[in-house]
Amino acid sequence: MMKSKADEEDYWNSSKFKAFTFDDEDDEFSRLKESKRAVNSIRYLVEEDDDEEEVEKVSWSGEPVGSISWSVSETAASNQKADREPAFPKVSADSGPMSRSHSGYSLSSLFKGKTKGGNFQSLADSPSDPSVRLYAPELRKPKSEYKDYVSDWSPEETVQRMQQGKVVSLEKFRSLQDKLLLLDYAVNAHDGNVITAVLIYLKRTLSKEVLFRELESRQTALRHLIHYLTETRDQRLLLELLRSLLPPGHTWCCVSFYLMGFILLFLLRALGRMEDVALLQYKEHLSIADENRRRDFLKNCLSLPFSPEDSAHVQDHYTLLERQVIIETTDRQAERGGKVEVFQKFPRKASILNMPMITTLYYCCFYHYTESEGTFSCPLNIRQTFKISEKQYFVTALAARAKLKAWSDVDALFTSRNWLGFTRKKSPLSFQRVVDILQKNSAPTQVLQNYVALVDDAELRISLAQKHKCHDIVINTYRDLKDRQQLLGYQVKLKRGSAEERKIDELLNNPQIRWKN
Amino acid sequence: MRGNPYSILRGGWKALGTQAIVWDEYLTGPFGLIAQYSLLKEHEVEKMFTLKSGKLPSADVKNIIFFVRPRLELMDIIAENVFSEDKMHSSRDFHILFVPRRSMLCEQRLKEQGVLASFVNIDEYILDLIPYDGDLLSMEYESAFRECYLENDQTSLYHTAKGLMTLQALYGTIPQIYGKGDCARHVANMMLRMKREFAGSQNQILPVFDTLLLLDRNIDLLTPLATQLTYEGLIDEIYGITNGYVKLPPEKFAQKKQGEASKDLPTESKKLQLNSAEELYAEIRDKNFNAVGAALSKKAKIISAAFEERHNAKTVGEIKQFVSQLPHMQAARSSLANHTSIAELIKDITTSEAFFENLTVEQEFMTGVDTDKVNTYIEDCIAQKDPLIKILRLMCMQSVCNNGLKQKVFEYYKREILQTYGYEHILTLNNLEKASLLKLQTSSRNNYPTIRKTLKLWMEDANEQNPNDISYVYSGYAPLSVRLTQVLARPGWRSIEEVLKLLPGPHFEERQQLPAGLHKKRQQGENRTTLVFFLGGVSYAEIAALRFLSQMEDSGMEYIIATTKLLNGTTWIKSLMDRPESQIS
Repeated sequence: MMKSKADEEDYWNSSKFKAFTFDDEDDEFSRLKESKRAVNSIRYLVEEDDDEEEVEKVSWSGEPVGSISWSVSETAASNQKADREPAFPKVSADSGPMSRSHSGYSLSSLFKGKTKGGNFQSLADSPSDPSVRLYAPELRKPKSEYKDYVSDWSPEETVQRMQQGKVVSLEKFRSLQDKLLLLDYAVNAHDGNVITAVLIYLKRTLSKEVLFRELESRQTALRHLIHYLTETRDQRLLLELLRSLLPPGHTWCCVSFYLMGFILLFLLRALGRMEDVALLQYKEHLSIADENRRRDFLKNCLSLPFSPEDSAHVQDHYTLLERQVIIETTDRQAERGGKVEVFQKFPRKASILNMPMITTLYYCCFYHYTESEGTFSCPLNIRQTFKISEKQYFVTALAARAKLKAWSDVDALFTSRNWLGFTRKKSPLSFQRVVDILQKNSAPTQVLQNYVALVDDAELRISLAQKHKCHDIVINTYRDLKDRQQLLGYQVKLKRGSAEERKIDELLNNPQIRWKN
Repeated sequence: MRGNPYSILRGGWKALGTQAIVWDEYLTGPFGLIAQYSLLKEHEVEKMFTLKSGKLPSADVKNIIFFVRPRLELMDIIAENVFSEDKMHSSRDFHILFVPRRSMLCEQRLKEQGVLASFVNIDEYILDLIPYDGDLLSMEYESAFRECYLENDQTSLYHTAKGLMTLQALYGTIPQIYGKGDCARHVANMMLRMKREFAGSQNQILPVFDTLLLLDRNIDLLTPLATQLTYEGLIDEIYGITNGYVKLPPEKFAQKKQGEASKDLPTESKKLQLNSAEELYAEIRDKNFNAVGAALSKKAKIISAAFEERHNAKTVGEIKQFVSQLPHMQAARSSLANHTSIAELIKDITTSEAFFENLTVEQEFMTGVDTDKVNTYIEDCIAQKDPLIKILRLMCMQSVCNNGLKQKVFEYYKREILQTYGYEHILTLNNLEKASLLKLQTSSRNNYPTIRKTLKLWMEDANEQNPNDISYVYSGYAPLSVRLTQVLARPGWRSIEEVLKLLPGPHFEERQQLPAGLHKKRQQGENRTTLVFFLGGVSYAEIAALRFLSQMEDSGMEYIIATTKLLNGTTWIKSLMDRPESQIS
C-alpha cells in the first residue's frame, strides 16, 4: 500500500511538476550563511559604543516599546504613584500609524491632497494638534441629525435612528401593525442589536400567542428572540416557544436548558435537518463530567435521528465508553491489589476513560495483550467490534509490544504461514515504517536488523542500515551488488579490528566474487 | 461625534479628568496598531489594566473606563469588578466603550447583574477596519467565516458594509462595484441601501478607488488550505503572526558578545514587529522563500560596504557624515540579523522530510493526481497521530480538488479520524461539511480540472527567483481568488463567464453615481486603483500575489486589500472546529 521509495523516485523523475526543494547545494542558502557571517562581523565592528537600547530607540521598525499591550502590563505592574513618568521613548506627535509605512503602495501616498470639500481629514493628514488626530475613518454626520427635535418618527426612521445609536421611544407604536412594521424594518437593516431592542419591546407589549404566531413567518427575528431568551435564561418563555413550534406529541429526553435553545436555533437554521438537531444533543455529552452519567446520556442519544453513518459512530462511542468504564474499574483494582506484574512494572499514567479508540487499543495491547477473545479488553475483540483497519491495528499493536520490549510478540505479528506451512514475514506497512516505529521505541540493533533486512529496495535498505548501524546488512547488500568500491569506502568507517572489518577483508579477498568495479 | 472615541479624546475626554482604562485583553493587539500609550497619557490616562475577575487594582483616578468587545462573559466580569469597587470608593465614575458596537444583550446582562445604573456612560467605539499596513486593512473579525457559512448569521456582513461606507465617506464614493458570491451580493445590497438612506448629502470627495471588488471566501476554498511559500506566508504558517507581531524561539537570537563565553540561552520567546516600515522586510516579505537567501546576502554586502566606508573617511567632515549615518546603519544591521535568523529557522523546517512530503501531497491534489483515492500519506499521518488540523487541512484540500470525496473514501477517513482523535470530532467534521470544505461527491462530474485549466491555476514553470506570474507564491499554484481579480482588470469577467458559473453564488456589477465634477480625468499612464475585499478572510500569500500584480509594470492597476480576517489554513480550520465550551452567538 505504501508507495515504495523506488516508485516515488520514478514518479518524481517522470513527473511533470517540480516539487518545492531546498537543495543544500543550493546557492541561495549557502548565501544565508554568508549574510550571517557578514552580520556577525559588522556586529563586532560597531560593538564598542553601542548597547542594544541605543539601537532600539532609533529603530525605524516601530518597536513594541510604548505599545498598548506593553504598557498595560507595565502600568498594571507598577504600583508607584501616577506622577511617575514611565520612560517611554517620545513618539513624535505626527507619526500617525499610516505614516509609519514606507511601502511603495501605501494608502497615505494615495490619499494625499485629494480632498475636495476640505471638511474631512484623511488618515494621512495628521494635524499638529494630537487631540484632533484621526486614527480610523470617521463617519460624517447625516442630515437627519439636525432634525433631532422632531419626535414623530415613522417606523423606518425610528430604526435608522436606533442604528445611529440615538435615543428613541418605541412606546408610541401601539398597534400590532406598527409594531410588526418596526420589526420588519429592523430585520431588513441586518443590525442584530436593533432587532433585539425591538424584540424586547414586542415581548413586553404583546401576548405570547400573538408574538409567537407572528414570528413563525419571520425566521430571522425568531432566531434573534431565541438567542436572546437563551442568553437571558428565560426558561419559561423558551419552553412555551418550543411547544408552540414543535409538532404536538414530540418529547425530548433530558433536554437541558441551554440545549433547548440550541435545538430551537437549529430547528430554524437548518430548515428541519434533524441530523443537526441530533448532533447538537449529542454534543451535550461533553459537558457531563461523570463517566456513568455520560455513558447513560450517550445511550439515550442512540435513538436520535442521526444520519446512518453518524448513527454507527455514536453507537461506537457509547460502546467504547461502556467498555472503558468496565476496564477502568477492573484495572484500578488490579493495580491496587499489586498482584498483576505488568501494572507493577509499568504503572498506569492516566485513566483510560474518555480516551480515543486507538489510545484504548494501545492500552489494551499494552496491558491485556494475551487475554482470550471473550473479554472486553482483549485487543482482537476490540479490533473486531470497532472495525479497526488492518494498518491501524498493526501500527498500534507493534508500538505497544515494542514499548514493552516483547520482541517475540513483535515477531509474531509479521509471521504468516503459506499453505506449505512455511513461515514468512508479511506486513501491511512498509518495512521502513516498521523500522521507524521500532526505533522510536528504542529497539536494539539485533532486532532492528531483522526488519531492515526485509526492506526490498537496495538503496533504501543500505541507507536505513547505515543509519541504524546494521553493518552486516550493509556489507551483504554491497556484496550482492558486487560493489567493491563502496565496500572499501565502508570499511574505513568501521572500527579497527572489528568483526565487520574482518568480514569485509574476507570478501575482498574472495576470488570467486566478480566485482563490477 | 457620538459613538466615536476620538470625540472622547477630543471633547468629553479631557473634561473627565484622570482615568484608568481596563482593557479586554483581545483588544490590546488591534488597538496597539492605531494608538500608542503615550497618546493616551496626554489625555490623562493614568493607568491601564487588563480585564480580570475579582477586584480592580487600585488607582488614584476619577474615572474607570472599560474597553470591551460585546461579550456576555465579559459583562459578568465587569459586574464583579464594579461590585467589589463600590465598597472601597464611592466617588469613581464608570464608563463602558463597546468595540465595535453596543449590544442590547450585553446591556441587558449588566442590568440583570444590577450594575447598569453604575455607569455614567455607555458608548461604542466604531473600529471596523484596522490599518495593518500601507495597503492592508483588516476587521480582525475572526468568526466571520464561521458565522456566515455555519451559523447563517450575517452580522459580520453588516459591519463590513458599515466599514465600507465609512471608507467611502473618507475616500470618496467608489464608482464601480464588482462581486462574486452570496455574501458579496449581500454586502453590495446593504451598501447601496445605506447610500440611499444617506441621500441628500452628496459626498464631495474625489474618489480614490476606481473599483471595489467583493469576493466571498467560499468561491475559493482551496487557496488558504495550501501551504504558503512566501517568506511572510511561511512565518505565519510556522509561527503565526498576530496583530503584526510574531513570537519566535529565542535560541537563534541570542546575543553573543565578543570575548564572552556563551551565557545561558534566553528562554523567553523573541517578539518582533513585522510591517513594511522596515525596509528590508518590505523588500523580502512577498518573495518566494527560495529567493529570500539571495536577497539577504545582497543586503549583507551592501551593509558591509557601507560600514567599510569609514576607512575612506579622512576629513573631520567625512567622519562626521559617517557618524551621522551610524544609527540608520545599525538599525539596518539589526534588521538583517533578525531576518537572517528567521530565514534559518524557517529553512530548518522547509528542508525537513515531513515538510517536503506534505507539500508533495498538496501539489498532487492541486494538479489532480489521485484525488479520488484514499491517500496513503494522510492515512500514515493519522496513524502517527499528527495534529488533527494538519489532517483536516489535507483532507479538505483533497475534497475541494475532487469536487467532493467518494463515499468510500470519505467514510474511511472519517472512521480513522474518529477512532484516532475521538468520536466527538464528528461535530467538527459536520461543521466542515456545512462549510462545503468537505463533501460527498454527488455527481460524477468534477469541475475542478476545468476551473484549473481555464484560469491557469497550475503553472508548470513557476519562477521563484524572478517571478512573471502570481503562481510563484505557492511555487506553481496561482491562487484562484487573485486570478479572478487579475482577469477582472484585464480582459474582464465576460471572458470567463463559464467558469464563474461553476463557482458558488452570483457574480455582479453595480455602479454608483458620482456628483458631476468628481469624475476623474485620468492622465496617460496613471494607474487605476482597486479595493479588493475578501469576505471571510485572506492569506498572506494572496496579499503577496496582489502586491505582485500592483508592481507589474504593465498591469496599470494598484490593489489595496481589505478583509474580515488575516488567516492561514490552520487558523481557518481552527475557527471552524467545534468548541465544546463555546455557545452559539
